[in-house]
Amino acid sequence: MRITQGAFSFLPDLTDEQIAAQIEYALAHGWAVSLEFTDDPHPRHTYWDMWGIPMFDLKDAAGVMGELKACRAAHPDSYIRLSAFDSTRGWETVRLAFMVHRPKEEVAYRLQRTEGPGRVQHYSVVRA
Amino acid sequence: MTIGTIGTGQAVPVAGAAGDNPADARVDLKALYHETQIDAVLAELDAALIGLKPVKRRIREIAAYLLVDKARRTLGLTATPPTLHMAFTGNPGTGKTTVALRMASILHRLGYVRKGHLVSVTRDDLVGQYIGHTAPKTKEVLKRAMGGVLFIDEAYYLYRPENEKDYGQEAIEILLQVMENQREDLVVILAGYGDRMETFFSANPGFRSRIAHHIDFPDYEDAELVAITETLAAAEGYRFDDGARAALVDYVTARRRRPSFANARSMRNAFDRARLRQAMRLFEADGPVDQDALRTITAAEIRASRVFSD
Repeated sequence: MRITQGAFSFLPDLTDEQIAAQIEYALAHGWAVSLEFTDDPHPRHTYWDMWGIPMFDLKDAAGVMGELKACRAAHPDSYIRLSAFDSTRGWETVRLAFMVHRPKEEVAYRLQRTEGPGRVQHYSVVRA
Repeated sequence: MTIGTIGTGQAVPVAGAAGDNPADARVDLKALYHETQIDAVLAELDAALIGLKPVKRRIREIAAYLLVDKARRTLGLTATPPTLHMAFTGNPGTGKTTVALRMASILHRLGYVRKGHLVSVTRDDLVGQYIGHTAPKTKEVLKRAMGGVLFIDEAYYLYRPENEKDYGQEAIEILLQVMENQREDLVVILAGYGDRMETFFSANPGFRSRIAHHIDFPDYEDAELVAITETLAAAEGYRFDDGARAALVDYVTARRRRPSFANARSMRNAFDRARLRQAMRLFEADGPVDQDALRTITAAEIRASRVFSD
């Protein structure tokens, strides 16, 4: 099951050149890029583990690509997400986030229906 | 290596379409030269920096080397990017930091570094306080310097032979590794006083072999120091009158004989003190002052220096 989260996730996986180009785009806008990883990409699981601190004051994508390489080597079976944070007043939020690595065997989820009082249906996404 | 993609112009073979014998292909070096605007960069350097002839010649050589390398690359001759890590050695105040600042933009114009910014650090920015602190700190600095120039001032402080547990060694190892493996991502410039850099290099042979360009900054001549002081003053909107200029020549001769002479830096300090004295003179004189009086530094302000007192 292909996990789709963040930008570009319905496209084929980005190549490293394409990732670097996206990073250049983020840096050109003055956004701070950071890497996060997890083995549980559940849509409600917002806070992934951080790979180091967000990288401020970078000028070139090479620094981020180096960290990405190190993160992939350390967590080959995790999902890795790259996010770009805009600190401009009024935004102060993540402006771009996309997955940059997924494990060979992806995690699968399925929909679970639970019957509540008065025939109310509750839905949740659980590991298959 | 992304030479062609950063706006400095792609080298184009002028003869021989695809499929021709590569030995027949030609690259027009002159066209390439004008395209990269190296002459403008070098002329700017000549105009902005007084003296430093060997340094300028060396930069010219590096520029020519990069140009030829670019031409070779177009014809498919080289595979590995050239090493451009440098060491600047010289006495205090000979312009090492100033040239490093310009070096970043020169290398950018030549298409060797992608962004052309300069990250200037000293030991404190690279070496941590406790175990495990150094590696992240050094890597952080290296990441910031990617695509530009990393300038390490007083690099010999990285290595402290008297303390074998010093964390400087760790920073040196990480630096060496990046200098070797990511040559296309950043250029490292080490700077420091000549004799201490020599000790540093003999203790760390890895550095010496990874640095292709050792540039020695000579001391300035007296006339050059006077010219530098006048340029400094002009930049701040001051001028020396004829008496002051003569006094300045005497000052340089006298100052050079005194201890802790630091070339252009000594002259900057002398100029700063002359400004103080000028302000005092104007303040103590009665009556309004005109623009010329506010601009002019006279002989009295230079002659009042301690340098002349013995």
